[in-house]
Amino acid sequence: MVEKKYKTAPLKSWDKAKEIRLNIYKEIAEAKSKGKVLLGGGAESLIALPTGFDYAMLVGEPYGAAISYLAKSDPDEYMKYVEASEHAGYPRDLCAYMRNYIGSILRDKYVFGGPFPKIDFYLQAGFCDTHSKWYQAVSDITGRPYFSLDLVPFDWEIEGESEKTKDLKRKYIVDQIHEAIAWMEKQTGREFNDETFIQGVLNECESTSLWAKVCIANRAIPAPLDEKTMLSLYVLAVIGRPRNDVVEFYRELLDEVEDRVANQIAANPYETARIITDSQPPWFALDLFRLLETYGVVSVGAHYTFGLSGGWEYDEENKTWEAGKTPQEKGVEVKTRDEAANVLADWWLRTGTVCRGVRHSGAGKIQRIMDMVDRWKVDGAIVHLNRGCEGTSLGQMDIVSSLLERGLPTMTYEGNHADPREYDENRTFARIESFMETMGLKQLYEFKKGE
Amino acid sequence: MINDFIDVYKNRHDYAKDWKKKNPDSKVVGYMCSYFPEELFYAAGMLPVRILGSHEPQNVTEPYIFGMYCPFSRDVLAQGLQGHYDYLDAVSTAYPCMHLGQAFDSWTLHVTQKKFYVDMPNRVQTPYAVPFLTGRLEETKQEIEEWIGREITDSDLKEAINVYNENRALLREIYEMRKADDVPLTGTECMYITTASLFMDKKDANKLLKETIENELKGRKAKTADDTRLMVLGSENDDIKFLNMVEEFSAVIVTDDHCTGSRYFWNPVEEQDDPIQAIAQRYIDRPLCPQRDYPERKRLPYLLDMARDWNVAGIIALQQKFCDPHELDKVALLDWFKENDIPTIYLELDVTVPIGQFKIRVEALLERLREDELW
Repeated sequence: MVEKKYKTAPLKSWDKAKEIRLNIYKEIAEAKSKGKVLLGGGAESLIALPTGFDYAMLVGEPYGAAISYLAKSDPDEYMKYVEASEHAGYPRDLCAYMRNYIGSILRDKYVFGGPFPKIDFYLQAGFCDTHSKWYQAVSDITGRPYFSLDLVPFDWEIEGESEKTKDLKRKYIVDQIHEAIAWMEKQTGREFNDETFIQGVLNECESTSLWAKVCIANRAIPAPLDEKTMLSLYVLAVIGRPRNDVVEFYRELLDEVEDRVANQIAANPYETARIITDSQPPWFALDLFRLLETYGVVSVGAHYTFGLSGGWEYDEENKTWEAGKTPQEKGVEVKTRDEAANVLADWWLRTGTVCRGVRHSGAGKIQRIMDMVDRWKVDGAIVHLNRGCEGTSLGQMDIVSSLLERGLPTMTYEGNHADPREYDENRTFARIESFMETMGLKQLYEFKKGE
Repeated sequence: MINDFIDVYKNRHDYAKDWKKKNPDSKVVGYMCSYFPEELFYAAGMLPVRILGSHEPQNVTEPYIFGMYCPFSRDVLAQGLQGHYDYLDAVSTAYPCMHLGQAFDSWTLHVTQKKFYVDMPNRVQTPYAVPFLTGRLEETKQEIEEWIGREITDSDLKEAINVYNENRALLREIYEMRKADDVPLTGTECMYITTASLFMDKKDANKLLKETIENELKGRKAKTADDTRLMVLGSENDDIKFLNMVEEFSAVIVTDDHCTGSRYFWNPVEEQDDPIQAIAQRYIDRPLCPQRDYPERKRLPYLLDMARDWNVAGIIALQQKFCDPHELDKVALLDWFKENDIPTIYLELDVTVPIGQFKIRVEALLERLREDELW
């Protein structure tokens, strides 16, 4: 057995993360019986928006991913979801999250047990073409009303977008936030509470900024977290970032991660090489991270994992991204609905790197990836050419070329983040093993599937 | 005269290069999506040309664009990488969709660096879309002015609007003529005309359109009342071979809803004091690409009205493979036409079309439409 280079320890926050996630899904199932407003929508839906109500929200992407987990434990059951959607006529090359989600509605089956929750309305920020139409299709099926907010993101900083353009974009979103609030009040017949909304907005900023700080802590050698673990941690920001318990969780997580850095507690005690990945992973096949571990390789993150619910602010002087400074950190007081709307719009436009990457690839997205390579001291990259999500695969081929031009060992594999029919595990593993060899790495211990 | 449009369609690059020779101080700008307000370039004395694919297999885009992006976006990028648009002074787009946006991003990295980008709203149903787009177009106008070193006046804009509106009216007149029982031109011929217009100086196109209407189409019978009347709709489509094949079966395509067809020119710019706002309003109000048809489905009733107005017996829906916005309308669209008793088939386009397979599907549709004649 090869000697371990670093000490390691289980993450203390792990159980709490699982508990909060479970509570959120339980609250969704019980929302109607408790008189709450229940809405559905996407992860990038400015999810602080409905916090003016006593509410629960089923966020579509993690729910679609949760269905895809079934492919591992109960493949036949998984197929019933995806086939329900395809039998209804939704083409197989559409977003895999969406097809799983629609299958769940058509089967009237909540993947966590019981019937599919009776959603009051759908709300989506239209940063991704598919998401905007996804909830329109769902609205067709369920007859529930749908509001879409057009989120036109900032371009990457390298493009030098003018302040005038940025102001226009902020105003466009703020106007629509007010429009959305009026619409939600009409749909629910309930009054929107500005106080809880303001708190929700501040929480959304803080959760996402804290997540960025957690990711930044992973610049350390050895990395305190591996991406497989991060995928289970970031999801709380995806489904519940405006919640008080989620903000509190990230505060504690950051403390713990910084403590691990200070004490050199590694995610992978062998840490021989550091990689980044690109796009969502195949959620039903996270074993590939375990395979990497057997070579001492730690995946320190991904543009997606860092950014889906991370608040990243560009540092013009150093041409890099740091955790966004929250309104609280800047001493900005938020007292009114309009001020909160402005903060929320500005926050997403300035710090939301994934929604911007779905609209603009090119030189800006390449710069972001290269920044990660430099600042996270990365030795290689594994790019998931994700047939299930054209949003996150935007610009991937140019990113691969740029990484190779730079001399960074880079491999690709084709797959699908939520449809196992498009993922070939044996082939992917063979590619990873060859890639490890090209990086000069030797397997340190045997890989055992499912561990 | 229709032959002149066919000539421009087939030799679009020669047309643009000739134009540049004749206008040595002017620029030619390519645009990728029909939502780009060409009037801005035209007002600056430029020639805007739509960038389309060539429908020829290619092997140059693989390193730049992932294979699950639509064949149209890959074909478009291929044109740039192969140097077919080497005469362009700049490339532009209004936000199209993720697929064509990917082609634009790669094009500006590897082919033409000078670019103009307009954040076209997707949710055109919000009242805030017009002021937002107006603001973005004002900025784009300023960027163009900085590039050419002169002001684009309101008078320039109004002149461009007039020329473009005349073009729209003339194309619309041709579509109106297709309502006749004896259709004066085939769908294939019409596609040549509308698509060639995308590459032409609109003043040239208008002159040719007037001559074609007056001297060629009036009194002409390209197809008769015995031919089955069809509508085509869907993604970008300039697949002449496909249309030609359909019309060989005693059928005639009498109208369409494509961004290379009616969606491109259907509505004019309505006069307002502020020409930029008037242009913005026009692009917000134009017939919808599915990409922008939400949350309410406004496209379906519009398509039904068109099918009825043009007395269509059946519909062929054509979607670029992997085109998500159209795929996301597929279920609703097929249900809609079924409910309204208009037989519809749904086909997927690739760079080249499988004519043999499509022929069987089209024949089956036509047999269904003609079953009354059989029995």
